[in-house]
Amino acid sequence: MTAPSPKVFSKTAQRGDGAVAIEAVPLRHPGRWVGSAVLAFLVIFLLQGWAANPRMQWDVVGEYLFSPAVLQGLGTTLLLTVLAMVVGVAGGAVLAILRMSSNPLLSGLSAFYIWVFRGTPLLVQLLFWYFLSAVVPKIGLGVPWGPTFFEFDTNQIITQMTAAVLGLGLHEAAYMGEIVRAGITSVDVGQTEAAHALGMTRFQTLRKIVLPQAMRLIIPPTGNQAVSMLKTTSLVFAIAVPELLTSIQGIYSRNFQQVPLLTVACIWYLVATTVLNAGQYYIERRFNR
Amino acid sequence: MMTVVRAEGVCKRYGTLDVLKGIDLEVRQGEVLAMIGPSGSGKSTFLRCVNHLERVDAGRLYVHDRLVGYEERGGKIYELADHAVARQRRGIGMVFQRFNLFPHMTALENVMAAPVLVKKEPKAAVRERARDLLARVGLADKAGSYPAQLSGGQQQRVAIARALAMRPDLMLFDEPTSALDPELVGEVLDVMRALVEDGMTMIIVTHEMGFAREVCDTLVFMDGGVVIESGPPGDLLNAPQHERTQAFLSKVL
Repeated sequence: MTAPSPKVFSKTAQRGDGAVAIEAVPLRHPGRWVGSAVLAFLVIFLLQGWAANPRMQWDVVGEYLFSPAVLQGLGTTLLLTVLAMVVGVAGGAVLAILRMSSNPLLSGLSAFYIWVFRGTPLLVQLLFWYFLSAVVPKIGLGVPWGPTFFEFDTNQIITQMTAAVLGLGLHEAAYMGEIVRAGITSVDVGQTEAAHALGMTRFQTLRKIVLPQAMRLIIPPTGNQAVSMLKTTSLVFAIAVPELLTSIQGIYSRNFQQVPLLTVACIWYLVATTVLNAGQYYIERRFNR
Repeated sequence: MMTVVRAEGVCKRYGTLDVLKGIDLEVRQGEVLAMIGPSGSGKSTFLRCVNHLERVDAGRLYVHDRLVGYEERGGKIYELADHAVARQRRGIGMVFQRFNLFPHMTALENVMAAPVLVKKEPKAAVRERARDLLARVGLADKAGSYPAQLSGGQQQRVAIARALAMRPDLMLFDEPTSALDPELVGEVLDVMRALVEDGMTMIIVTHEMGFAREVCDTLVFMDGGVVIESGPPGDLLNAPQHERTQAFLSKVL
């Protein structure tokens, strides 16, 4: 450059290759600043009003936050979530593999299952499992239309807890089946061909080549399902399983402190979903390598 | 010379479309056979029939005198079970146009996967052999790289090493250089040339006429699902007998 450089470029850094980096004055966004200020004011106003509202009865919230009944309910909620997700993921994997079978009976069966369990309300399904004994009073093992080796009263096996796990898990399996299937079909068919060409059987190909790649697509929605399941477990109050919401209801039906106790429930649900989200983040990072 | 591949009237159809209309050919031990022809002529489909990625609908296709994907007992043909087909494929290596490396495994793990999983060979021995193979294709320093970190030419060389790890006695190449940038084609052809020198039996579907002329023993020209003409590459390329061969060669040479 022979002519004196313009003022804008006066402080430009010279790069090694002689190129001059652009140091432009950033574009201003005044509207964004005004909007942010208004919103910040509103949020602070509302939060302050909420926190300072004496009817929120924060002392009651503090009193019950760590009470044994609430913690026990929380434990049951977490246990239910884990069990229902285990049933859901395992069932979903089976449904997905059946659905992709070339045998029309197997794939039709899977489609029928998904149709029924996705097409009826979860609450109805929970009640149905709970009242199973009305339809099937005894469950046993034997030869169909032949002798029975042993049998139990349905009411003995289908406790409230098993009804809840069955209801939540079998409903979840229908959704997980579609998620797993989408993950598996997303893997390039060339991967399967390469594995087959190397002499791998269909099962080896699925386990070592297709599923590890499908996991990248299966995990994020599964995490969402787990978070959703954690909250959905609250539905089992309908069959009186003593999980978090049922415990909370038990307490406020005695002391009539509905709002502070529901706040306790919300706090614990938030804590649990936050932990789940963090777990999901790390698992996703591991499978995204 | 022992016959490795023998095709007798091999036919393949997709719905109402006849892709292969009776292919007869033989590949002897140590022979390199190159297949050329316009796209849609059925040459890749034939290659995929050899390791039963496609099932043959009519005719007979033998590898080492055993029917591919079927079994003949008492004058009847029986379909083979999944594990029996997998066993047949062990001795046949295949290299794909789009490499098809396993993206969740490193180059070394790609090469090791099949011997460990399929042949249950001890890991330590396989690892050593896999390193040797990667060195043979000039990628000793890329053992720990994932496919996404490798160029197309490097990925294809890993794919060749992966196929060789099963110690095949027949290698199938399905347009191995068609998806590569022009300047990367040479490195893959070099690896294939070295295989030819080692006496590997190979079927190569390719558009690289120069390479085909240089390395192959037999050149097959296919069009419309049939073999139009075949013979030594010099004869076929210099003095094609059939007018369809002449028309094709006049466009590509």
